[in-house]
Amino acid sequence: MRFAHTFKTNTPAAPRLPRLRAPLVFGGLLLLFVGLLGRSLYLQRIDNGFLQEQGSSRYSRDIEVPAHRGRIVDRFGDPLAISTPVKAVWAWPDQVDATPDQLKALAAALDLPTAALKQKLAQGGDFVYLKKPVAPQAAAHIAALKIDGIHDENEYWRYYPGGEVMSQIVGFTGDRDVGQEGIELAQQSWLGGHPGSRRVIINRRGEIVEDVASIRAPQEGRDLALSIDSRLQYLAFRELKAAVEVNKARAGALVMLDAKTGEILALANWPAFNPNNRQRTARDHMRNRALIDTFEPGSTLKPFTVAAALDAGKVSPQTIIDTAPGTLTIGHATIHDAHREGALTVEQVIQKSSNVGAAKIALSLPAETMWQMLSGAGFGAQPRTGFPGEVSGRLRAAKTWRPIEQATMAYGHGISVNLVQLARAYTVFASDGELKPVSLLKVDGAVAGRPVITPQTARAVRHMLEMVVQPGGTAPKAQISGYRVGGKTGTAHKLDGRVYGDKYVSSFVGFAPVSNPRLIVAVMLDEPGAGQYYGGTVAAPVFADVMGGALRLLGVAPDAPANTVVVPSDAVAVREET
Amino acid sequence: MARLNLALLALLVVCALSLVTSRYQARKLFVDLEREQAQSRAYEVEYGQLQIEQSTWAMPARIEKIAREQLRMQLPSPARLRIVEAGPR
Repeated sequence: MRFAHTFKTNTPAAPRLPRLRAPLVFGGLLLLFVGLLGRSLYLQRIDNGFLQEQGSSRYSRDIEVPAHRGRIVDRFGDPLAISTPVKAVWAWPDQVDATPDQLKALAAALDLPTAALKQKLAQGGDFVYLKKPVAPQAAAHIAALKIDGIHDENEYWRYYPGGEVMSQIVGFTGDRDVGQEGIELAQQSWLGGHPGSRRVIINRRGEIVEDVASIRAPQEGRDLALSIDSRLQYLAFRELKAAVEVNKARAGALVMLDAKTGEILALANWPAFNPNNRQRTARDHMRNRALIDTFEPGSTLKPFTVAAALDAGKVSPQTIIDTAPGTLTIGHATIHDAHREGALTVEQVIQKSSNVGAAKIALSLPAETMWQMLSGAGFGAQPRTGFPGEVSGRLRAAKTWRPIEQATMAYGHGISVNLVQLARAYTVFASDGELKPVSLLKVDGAVAGRPVITPQTARAVRHMLEMVVQPGGTAPKAQISGYRVGGKTGTAHKLDGRVYGDKYVSSFVGFAPVSNPRLIVAVMLDEPGAGQYYGGTVAAPVFADVMGGALRLLGVAPDAPANTVVVPSDAVAVREET
Repeated sequence: MARLNLALLALLVVCALSLVTSRYQARKLFVDLEREQAQSRAYEVEYGQLQIEQSTWAMPARIEKIAREQLRMQLPSPARLRIVEAGPR
């Protein structure tokens, strides 16, 4: 104890410490230390979620990776629908605290009257959209005003450069960029993009300095090429619209097919709507009549009756059919011709559109044969364009046909079709007897058809259809200078309730050039109300204008000398009904 | 022995410093990359807007109007058409 001894010399004797004191203090400190160690172990290993979250929230962020909706383009890549990012500006009206000057600036940036803005904010409540879409520049300007309670969010706005010309085909998207009508709806899964999300590390200035992980890869929407040719579509739309207005029709539709591939090059409807601004659009104007409405086709079906009879070997093009006296009574019903003809060859039955002749030809056939012809030409089945809501029309089973029904079906009554089906059915005559599939999407390469009639029959009917537009036929107004044209008129009485009234559907279906058909055009006008209603006077001129313009645009070589158009005066033009 | 240790220490310091620099470089480059990517997205957006603008200017209705009214163009009548046949090559 030398140490103690030295102390003793300077200081009074220290009180003697209890013997257990040092170990106790030491033990206490050790316990505290162990407690700390345990706590830290607990926080590090067991209950580490909370602190890690707190830590990472200071440097890492989950950010959304936007994915835009695919474009819809026409067959040449011209855009028909494009998405562009915009802002939607919204407010919590309760929280908005702005000076009159700020409000004025906000209204100016939103392009709204100040009073309208005040009214929106005065409604109160939780949430109100002030305006969407807002251009990104304007939104940046609004953000710079720094008004409390005013927020914006990213959105996509879908713009349709084609406007009403393309409206019913392309359709439109609704909220959140989801397809609602037309192709936008049908191809939602192809077009729609799915935004992704990724985790990143940010620095003090908010810059991203490192990619940590991709939580969800963004899936960009894919572009979609339609079979539509914008130029032809515009031409078809313009002519159809003019014809509907001149003839005071209730509505009209026009379909143009590529005769080789079955692609739909143009599909016009009137009335139409503007997809970029559809607040006041009537639901009815959105209907794509050519695909989702059916009508009784009338005489445009006669060539199929004749083709069935030719194919079955029952008649030849020159077989004489006696149509005198222009009426035919079957059971209690009588079939009328628009005017009396007498003895006609089968060719002339088509050329002059004789109901009695067609009915007689049909009655010479078994119902099953005729049903096979019509069904083979695609009637009674959906044309499978993939368009939402397309209809199949109505073709009843042959077993249920009574003779009068078989006779009326010969000239297109008692059966319902849509315009695309009708145009498609004519691919049988435009090709050498093959029915082509129709498509609203661009098709590359050759398209195989399904044989329906023999090539000889197809050529014979093609010749008859060419006679229709020549003097003595029902549609001289369908002629086009420089091209040989074939087609068939239809003037069908409309069912008014349960009886046929004096309202009509006027139609024309035809193809050109006859030497090697490239295009098929089908025109339909619903209830023309300006006095004229024959397919040959109402629908045929639309056909001629659209087909002529389209052939010139496509640079199809003429197959007839120019100036061969011979249009007899209206008085001698052959009339028809059905 | 001490000399070797010193050399290794120096090497360690150099390695550590170069790690810091390369890390810093990587972050800087990444920031640049992000900026370029944002720029490319902005260009894409602008491209879309320009496409919209172009298709608005190129609307067939507008072209037709200008052709007919300003340039006084019209379809030639059939009488004024001559079809030129391509001769054998």
